[in-house]
Amino acid sequence: MKNFLDKFNKAFESRIRLGIMSALIVNDYVDFNTLKDLLSATDGNLASHLKTLEKLNFVEMKKEFIGRKPNTQYKATEIGKEAFQGHLNALENLIKNNK
Amino acid sequence: MIVNFVLQSTFNMKENQDYLNDISEIRSMMERSSRFISLSGLSGVFAGIYALIGAHIANDIMNPVNYDITEKLKTLTTSNLKLLMLDVTIVLVLAIATGIFFTVRRAKKANQKIWDRTVQRLLINLFIPLAAGGLFCLTMIFRGVIGFVAPATLIFYGLALINASRYTVSDIRSLGLAEIALGLIAASFPGYGLIFWAIGFGILHILYGAIMYFKYERISAT
Repeated sequence: MKNFLDKFNKAFESRIRLGIMSALIVNDYVDFNTLKDLLSATDGNLASHLKTLEKLNFVEMKKEFIGRKPNTQYKATEIGKEAFQGHLNALENLIKNNK
Repeated sequence: MIVNFVLQSTFNMKENQDYLNDISEIRSMMERSSRFISLSGLSGVFAGIYALIGAHIANDIMNPVNYDITEKLKTLTTSNLKLLMLDVTIVLVLAIATGIFFTVRRAKKANQKIWDRTVQRLLINLFIPLAAGGLFCLTMIFRGVIGFVAPATLIFYGLALINASRYTVSDIRSLGLAEIALGLIAASFPGYGLIFWAIGFGILHILYGAIMYFKYERISAT
């Protein structure tokens, strides 16, 4: 039991962070507003979760301008993708063992 | 020891449910962020019905004994050609309008955005092969190679669907494969263009539309 929990990534305990990574795994880039809609999160809440993931080097940010509007795009890094994959494997093992 | 065991097992049960929720959340996010899933099967059914009616009218316009579109197009008068163009245009406009109507309705019901990145990507990827095919067919018509127009439209349409299927429900991929297969068969039967068109754009659309409707929409409605 204990060793399964060890592989668990604390970063993905939050529903929002889990959602952000899920969306970034299947898309090259996702912009801030799309993430906001998908997760039905508030600006501040989403921004703070993104900041956490950025600090861990799990996601990268890219600022662009569409016309005059700033558009912030996010991308999963290789480290982030590996961590997420590890988390999925841990989830899978846990459920298998608890059955 | 016993206390520990009890604690552990209640802990496990609760957590297990949480993890299952996590997994369904991950799956739903992956799907919602990358695919446009509100595409309504009814759009396909209606597009198919319009195509069949359109093909029937086209058949009447050309008034043939057989379905030899190649021969008939050569002998068409300009007024007949205009009627045929009108027929095709009406079918296309009706099919697109009905498609948009049912899809928008479904997206609204599911509380999903109608114009987001997934739709834009879906349309761009659909229209690249479609536009190439359309231009290619126009060139063939101007060059007088009319016999291969029907097979080419089916093949290019199939390629367009396969290209677009990454961004919507995966059933579209097998519809694309079916259209390509039909197009290739049609290429070996010159003169039967109209009947292959009726099968490809009429019957296949109705079939796939109905499958998609019963698979995704009926279940979510109940």
